[in-house]
Amino acid sequence: MYIKRKKFIQIGSLATASLLVPKFLKAFESKSMVIPGNKVVVILQLSGGNDGLNTVIPFRNDLYYKARPRLGITKDKALRLTDEVGLNPALTGFRDLFDDGGLAILNNVGYPNPDRSHFRSMDIWHTASESNEYLTNGWMGRYLDSQCKGCDKPTQAIEIDDVLSLALKGENIKGIAVKDPRRLYGTANEKFFREILKNHQDEAGEQPVDYLYKTMAETLSSADYIFQQSKMHPTNAVYPTTGLGNSLKTIASLIFSEINTKVYYVSLGSFDTHINQEAQQGRLFTEMNDAVKAFVKDLKAQHRFEDVMLFTFSEFGRRVQQNASNGTDHGTANNMFLVSGGLKQKGVLNAMPDLGDLNEGDLKYNVDFKNVYATILNKWLKADDIAILGKKYDCLGFV
Amino acid sequence: MSLTNQVKNQHLMWRAGFGPAVEQLGDLSKFTPKQFYTGLLKASSKKPEYIDVADDYLKGLVMGIEEAGRQQKKELSADEKKLRQQKSREGVRNLNIYWMHEMVNSASQLREKAAFFWHGHFACRNLNVFYQQGLLDILRRNALGNFGTMLKEVSKSAAMLNFLNNQQNRKDHPNENFAREVMELFTLGRGNYTEHDVKEAARAFTGWSADVKGDYVFRRFQHDFGTKTILGKSGDFDGEEVLDILLEQKQTAKYITQKLYKFFVNEKIDKDKLDWLADRFYKSGYEIGKLLEDIFTSEWFYDEKNVGANIKSPVELIVGIQRMLPMKLENDEALMLLQRVLGQLLFYPPNVAGWPGGKAWIDSSSLMMRMRIPKLINDIDEMNVNAKADDDTMMGMKDGEDQAKGNKKPGGKQAAGAYAGMRRQVINADVDWKQYVKKFESVIREKLGEEISKTLLQVKSGVSMDLIKQFSDETGRENFIRTATLQIMSMPEYQLC
Repeated sequence: MYIKRKKFIQIGSLATASLLVPKFLKAFESKSMVIPGNKVVVILQLSGGNDGLNTVIPFRNDLYYKARPRLGITKDKALRLTDEVGLNPALTGFRDLFDDGGLAILNNVGYPNPDRSHFRSMDIWHTASESNEYLTNGWMGRYLDSQCKGCDKPTQAIEIDDVLSLALKGENIKGIAVKDPRRLYGTANEKFFREILKNHQDEAGEQPVDYLYKTMAETLSSADYIFQQSKMHPTNAVYPTTGLGNSLKTIASLIFSEINTKVYYVSLGSFDTHINQEAQQGRLFTEMNDAVKAFVKDLKAQHRFEDVMLFTFSEFGRRVQQNASNGTDHGTANNMFLVSGGLKQKGVLNAMPDLGDLNEGDLKYNVDFKNVYATILNKWLKADDIAILGKKYDCLGFV
Repeated sequence: MSLTNQVKNQHLMWRAGFGPAVEQLGDLSKFTPKQFYTGLLKASSKKPEYIDVADDYLKGLVMGIEEAGRQQKKELSADEKKLRQQKSREGVRNLNIYWMHEMVNSASQLREKAAFFWHGHFACRNLNVFYQQGLLDILRRNALGNFGTMLKEVSKSAAMLNFLNNQQNRKDHPNENFAREVMELFTLGRGNYTEHDVKEAARAFTGWSADVKGDYVFRRFQHDFGTKTILGKSGDFDGEEVLDILLEQKQTAKYITQKLYKFFVNEKIDKDKLDWLADRFYKSGYEIGKLLEDIFTSEWFYDEKNVGANIKSPVELIVGIQRMLPMKLENDEALMLLQRVLGQLLFYPPNVAGWPGGKAWIDSSSLMMRMRIPKLINDIDEMNVNAKADDDTMMGMKDGEDQAKGNKKPGGKQAAGAYAGMRRQVINADVDWKQYVKKFESVIREKLGEEISKTLLQVKSGVSMDLIKQFSDETGRENFIRTATLQIMSMPEYQLC
């Protein structure tokens, strides 16, 4: 059964695309098979600076309620995980995951000399740079550079969006942004594009124009490939009809196919809650909770939960002290959720933030996010983390 | 085989400006590049007008604070602050549209293009519209002037001092951000100074600050008057003297020339040419106009390897199309969305290092979007894309929340797979085709396609004219010119200049 389907894909993709694709991509068409058990990463970016202290709540800490007389989430409302740690009330699915051993929480993640500009701090997270260093490619892009040398598989990393994030842009290889496989397929099937691609002869050229044609060829053939794959095993599970719900549904369908994708990227926002934080964060968390809950349920039903690592991050956390508009301003260190059936360490992995030891009102980080990246690259994706991150960062124990 | 004057002048217009304008089409083959450059220079000789888009409310507010400041410190209420931020954000948006309009329509192409280069070099994110206006004015005034003068003016601008945290740089509490970026990105380049130099330079910049209007203020009590040692020189330097020390370094001339060469000539550097240029730039005392003249009047600038060698930046692409096809846009928002989706929004560089440029502009989605633009202009089709949220500009608002609710969708075509809540965006351009079509009136029908292609593309295309014809409307001369033009503009080759 499995072999048959494999053959079918091979024939199918050859039939639809091979006529239209230049020679240098033909190899890619036939080499795209992946073994089941393919470990994948799903990166969920919480854009805007999510307030970590109202996500994972220190409900025993008086300093927390003192800093947040109106915004603090009370002990009876927080979803209790341990004797001192609770979750935002909207995250019921995450509590269930915690109970089942499918969730790990990493506290105080950040980097030295934090930047409080959204864009710059996001840049730092995307490129895995130091805060006084400017890199023009992303950490997952460099993963593509190092893993896919010569194999030209832009579908190794897919972002569910219209625009590709810096995180997925490598020096030589870039991921692909697809909001909707069907729509990309439609655009790519613009007949004129197919025809001019056939007309371009210089396949191995070094000129910028060859680079453009190569990108175009990859896009067109990836669009075919992704679309075919997304139809192969579309999930029947029920997902919420939200932006994130749709995105995770697309990702699930691709995970269940035979696609070669190792990295999925999706964003949710905006968490920039300077005013009336409770309502906005609550709304976004409900969207996240319901979507992730459906996703995990689906993965479990297909026995793929242990092959998938979903993690969340945000460019920074927020100030400990609430502001005058029932919101919070830009801060520093933050927590991360790790969701997987393959976690080696589960639950709350390290100490909660020390609210008595702040740096001008902001949390001090004690886990560098690059250690988290190293762990995922080295242990989960079996990649060369040193080449990708530029130096050795110790791996953590969650994988 | 040497290139024709037409190709050379198109090359010049794409590099020393934002591409040939439709009015210039007849002239491109009439003049030599030298004559053309002289014309460009002359058109850019006038001092540019200060662009002022800030609205009266903001001006009143600033004046009010200033007035009150003389008597007592006045704090804005939370609502006032919010309104001020919103107005200021709108101001920066209007500044963007205004400047882009200048790029399209101004005769001072050389000046605007050079200012655009400096806008990427002195990259600055700042939501204060007064600060941004001030900085833009510095760049446009000095774009063809003296680099040292510009460096000093930029270093004293509220926009940059603020962006690089020099307001927090005080005696005994140094903030090194400003000093570091001045060395790393504005003058020497990485690896040509030590951490010690940064620390010492930061001391010299203490006390450099700006007032609420954006005027430079020297706060004497925050300044460190002690002795500093920078790049081997010791003295009780102030900030200006540090900038002079940096300018004395020949490395600064090399670094700037290299960046300029990549932008104006070729991403791939010819070392001999670069050394020659940098040497002359240094000897001239950093005269930018002279350096550009050295480039644009040299023979090698028009070598085949330099023509069509660079990938247009999104702004160059968007402006270039509008110069060739003059159009009225029903909604400026489309220009903002295109900039954002393609990855270059004026006044919002990714960081102080500016836009990386070159191949970094191109990924699968940005390339497909670029190739769809001509069709979107023509068909009034929906763009159907959302740009990434930028929380620095949107303050937590959802994309498009504050914009007009959905443009009217003509034709009622249902876009496949559009998610609920996706913003509808159409370019809705009214293109003035008459002028453009007229430029080709002397061309015989059989040669039309070729002539259009030569006008629009700077590289030879492997795509056959037959194919273009096949996808063009051949029912009449005008229809053919229109449709062939749009097809050629949607080719990968059109992304190059």
